[in-house]
Amino acid sequence: MFDLEKEFLYDLNKEVKTGTTVMAVTFKDGVIIAADSRTSSGSYAVNRVTDKLTPVHDQIYCLRSGSAADTQIISSYVSYYTNMFSIEEGSQPTVKKAAHMFREFLYQNKQYLHAAIICAGWDPIDGGSVYSLPLGGSIVKQPFATGGSGSTYLYGYCDMNFKENMTEEEAEKFVTYGITEAIARDGGSGGIVRKAIIDKNGVRRKTVYGNKLKKFWEK
Amino acid sequence: MSGIGTGYDLYPTTFSPDGRIFQVEYAHKAVENSSTAIGLCCKDGVVFGVEKIILSKMLVEGTNRRVFSVGEHIGIATAGLTADGRRIVQNARQEAKNYENFTSDIIPIHVLTERLSIYVQVFTLYNYIRPFGCSLMIGSYDEEKGPSLYCIEPDSVALGFYGCAIGKGKQEAKTEISKLKLSEMTCKDAVKEIAKILIKTVHDETKEKEMELEMSWVCKETKGKHKLVPKKLIEEAVEWVKGQENEED
Repeated sequence: MFDLEKEFLYDLNKEVKTGTTVMAVTFKDGVIIAADSRTSSGSYAVNRVTDKLTPVHDQIYCLRSGSAADTQIISSYVSYYTNMFSIEEGSQPTVKKAAHMFREFLYQNKQYLHAAIICAGWDPIDGGSVYSLPLGGSIVKQPFATGGSGSTYLYGYCDMNFKENMTEEEAEKFVTYGITEAIARDGGSGGIVRKAIIDKNGVRRKTVYGNKLKKFWEK
Repeated sequence: MSGIGTGYDLYPTTFSPDGRIFQVEYAHKAVENSSTAIGLCCKDGVVFGVEKIILSKMLVEGTNRRVFSVGEHIGIATAGLTADGRRIVQNARQEAKNYENFTSDIIPIHVLTERLSIYVQVFTLYNYIRPFGCSLMIGSYDEEKGPSLYCIEPDSVALGFYGCAIGKGKQEAKTEISKLKLSEMTCKDAVKEIAKILIKTVHDETKEKEMELEMSWVCKETKGKHKLVPKKLIEEAVEWVKGQENEED
């Protein structure tokens, strides 16, 4: 049925969604994760400098896309459990463990949630790992993953430019340009590019501000 | 000093004036009434042996199990009230499975031991549920960390051991175990040594009926899986023990 409100009027009571672009890529020494910074409610940007790179544990991060409320609560549950387990076991949690915990929450509550997560990080057992957890609650380990509304514009770019075992510099360029391009093309993504490099030494966070974003083809 | 039946021993919710909880101590006595179980932590795995008294010739061999598997990689041997032991093993299996479902990793033995310990402790707090009348030995083998053996008593204390015995003959068994060089022993040797301790030292042929040996192991040879020791090996061990006896005569 044709809904006038839905189709034409801006609905500011709409659920807050992170219409988003997020990327995670493994490289030689670990993983690099990157995201845009727009959180929108309908067409209003609730936050234009959002931090979508959410820490789950010291060297495990997650990238959140979909409903902001859903992804926030789940990542805080997983963060709680990884912390509890690592204390109980006396050892650093693996990215695999955290990712599988995400999967339990996402799958068991799939009818209530609208959340997709990319879980990425470094652990001494598997090195850098990226796990993709799309909408239904499945889990897939991948060398790189993209997510969010802007990721649709990056499939071609990623397929053509990804290489295994990139250096940190190459990998950083790969994600930065990717997010930049998605921000340019996707209405749901915008703002700045936030990055984090996770390797055996820990986490290094970087930001690329709007005016420093490389301009690709545009008139 | 308070003795038996002086009123402080009715419920686990009462301390005696000298700081003891008698109900928990009585639970220990229930363990001491049962036949002996031994666990040895060797260089390549953990071996359990239980002296099972055959109460009747009508009983099927291998019935009345005293060793159990939890997950594939952990073994538990019980002494005391077998039914209580089975209850705790049931809980252990739940814990192991939930952990695996949630994290996609197998549960580490020290995590399982701690959780079982907490579980057993709960039953020492209230007056409407009694403490468990059984002790458990929990063993596992990991490629990286090596073998591990823990023992949980009715008071919920969980300690790590190189060699442990629970039940009626635990004192004599522990004396024999302390003479063994466990760090140099393989699991195959341990099967023989445990058989020797159970048959010769612990089991009193004049007083008790026939016994059956129930043995299990989790070691390098079983690739970290908890399994019953093959019947052939047990028979060989029993032969070896008989041979030793003849030598001494």
